Amino acid sequence: MTTVSVQNVAKSFGTIPVLHDIDAVFPQGTFTSLLGPSGSGKTTLLRIIAGFVAPDQGEVTIGEKDVTGIPVWGRNIGMMFQSYALFPHMTVARNVAFGLERRGIKGAEAQKAVAEALDMVHLSDFGDRMPKNLSGGQQQRVALARAMVIKPSVLLLDEPLSALDRRLRQEMQVELLRIQRQTGLTTIFVTHDQEEALTLSDRIAILDKGRIVQSGAPEDIYENPQTRFAAEFLGDSNFLTGVVEAGGVRLPDGTLIQTTATLHANGQKATLAIRPEKMSPTPLEGATNHVAAKILTVIYAGPALSYLLQTPDGTRLKLFQANRDGTLMREGDSITLHWSPAHSIPVQN
Amino acid sequence: MTRLGQIFLGLILIFLYTPIVVLMAMGFNESELYELPFKFSTRWYSALSTNTELLTSGFNSIVLAVITAVVATSIGTLAALALSRRTFRGRNLLQLLLLPPIAIPWLITGTAMLIFFFWTGIGRGMHALIIGHVALAVPYVVLVVGTGMKSVRADLEEAAMSLGSTPIHAFFAITLPLLFPSILGAALFAFAVSLDQFVISYFLSSPGYTTLPVQIYSAIRKGFTPEINAISTLLLLGSMTAILIFARFAKPGAPK
Repeated sequence: MTTVSVQNVAKSFGTIPVLHDIDAVFPQGTFTSLLGPSGSGKTTLLRIIAGFVAPDQGEVTIGEKDVTGIPVWGRNIGMMFQSYALFPHMTVARNVAFGLERRGIKGAEAQKAVAEALDMVHLSDFGDRMPKNLSGGQQQRVALARAMVIKPSVLLLDEPLSALDRRLRQEMQVELLRIQRQTGLTTIFVTHDQEEALTLSDRIAILDKGRIVQSGAPEDIYENPQTRFAAEFLGDSNFLTGVVEAGGVRLPDGTLIQTTATLHANGQKATLAIRPEKMSPTPLEGATNHVAAKILTVIYAGPALSYLLQTPDGTRLKLFQANRDGTLMREGDSITLHWSPAHSIPVQN
Repeated sequence: MTRLGQIFLGLILIFLYTPIVVLMAMGFNESELYELPFKFSTRWYSALSTNTELLTSGFNSIVLAVITAVVATSIGTLAALALSRRTFRGRNLLQLLLLPPIAIPWLITGTAMLIFFFWTGIGRGMHALIIGHVALAVPYVVLVVGTGMKSVRADLEEAAMSLGSTPIHAFFAITLPLLFPSILGAALFAFAVSLDQFVISYFLSSPGYTTLPVQIYSAIRKGFTPEINAISTLLLLGSMTAILIFARFAKPGAPK
């Protein structure tokens, strides 16, 4: 059981800065996702924690130990790669036993550990197979068993599920979470898939241009995004921009949008984020905010309905609704959107 | 279409192998002047066993080819590893410079080597032949092993290191075994380049140390007997066996 922390870490490749002053704590036993678009520095941060990349400045500690100067092979990490990275010239069992051998564990003890690890990922009968004779999902399970069998201090996952198809990916998510909960292993998971991050994580850190822009529990970030980027990258969001006035935001067309959050001083510009599913085309108790909009596009996706809308001043909005009774509003309809002041979240641009 | 393709392939094989088969057959023909009708005899093989010039130069050729294969494969493999896994100044230039020597006519390379070796005092003889052959074979080795490296993903070594391997252990446990077929192929290539080499060997051999192709060439000029067919047959069988063993084990072109 180990807490991992990163202090004041920065990294440039040549003249291109990749990470700036990263401070992050990954508490013991938690599942944290590093979420960001490609180029945000999330993979570099993971590789710095793993020890494949040396930071230009700052420290990495695993447990009590400062590991900044320790190479990857001395850090006792478990790692899963996007490409599975199974050794193609070794059987499944030898792949799993590889890390044990490096730790001097051989013979019956190693065999028992390998059998347990393969049993954990439901591949008990696959020890004698070669990796190329396994499906993608099975290879991924072997990779997980190989990373777990060495009892690592921390499990590092570099987009390990992105090569799998949707159904298999969901199965593996469940599996991964079960094993992580069982072992209580501190886990850091790199992904660009917001849904995956929401499903799996205890905590999410959102990265953008080499900085952590927000971190916290998924529901905290989702309900209270601090920046426009965070609001857009984790989930979908509508944005209304205006000037602060009388505890609300006055839009260019004169509408005053109320919020329960604290705003800047009067007269300053402010942007409010409103989640598309928090808006309603019918009046609701307490939903004192309203704007008029016209429906541009209707997207029918089975259980969910999405509408793309436009306000009279040209702002584009989205509206998500559950498909309760199969009735759809039509393109061209003019409607009024209602929502509660509690759902207008001021964000930084 | 496939029919035409088969005929085409058949013709290629006939043109490739008929001269070789004729050469082998004539080694077993009794006539000194390659006369027909064919009369089976092993007299040229008996004659060969006492022809020290041909035997010595044949032995020299094989020793030289083995040394070239070992040295060129070691140097070339290390170079291929550096070129594919490391970034350093001038890497692209180095990689580019490896290719032209393959296209430069051997006559020119040979002349250049002779002048250079004479000028630097390296001179001629076995050591000069080793240097020359290795220099010729290295680009082939880098090409073959470099291509093999492309199929060994860098993250396999990273996976090994995450499990506790030092970079050196990861190389020997993961990369080297996966690269072995390519290295073996490269070694055979280097062996063949050396065994086959005439022009450069002709320039660099000394009166006391010569290779089989050079010896055959001077024998032909003096007028020759089917002993040459006999030693050519032996050499051919040797190298073909080596190639077939390689093809059997490395399965070139087969999916990995």
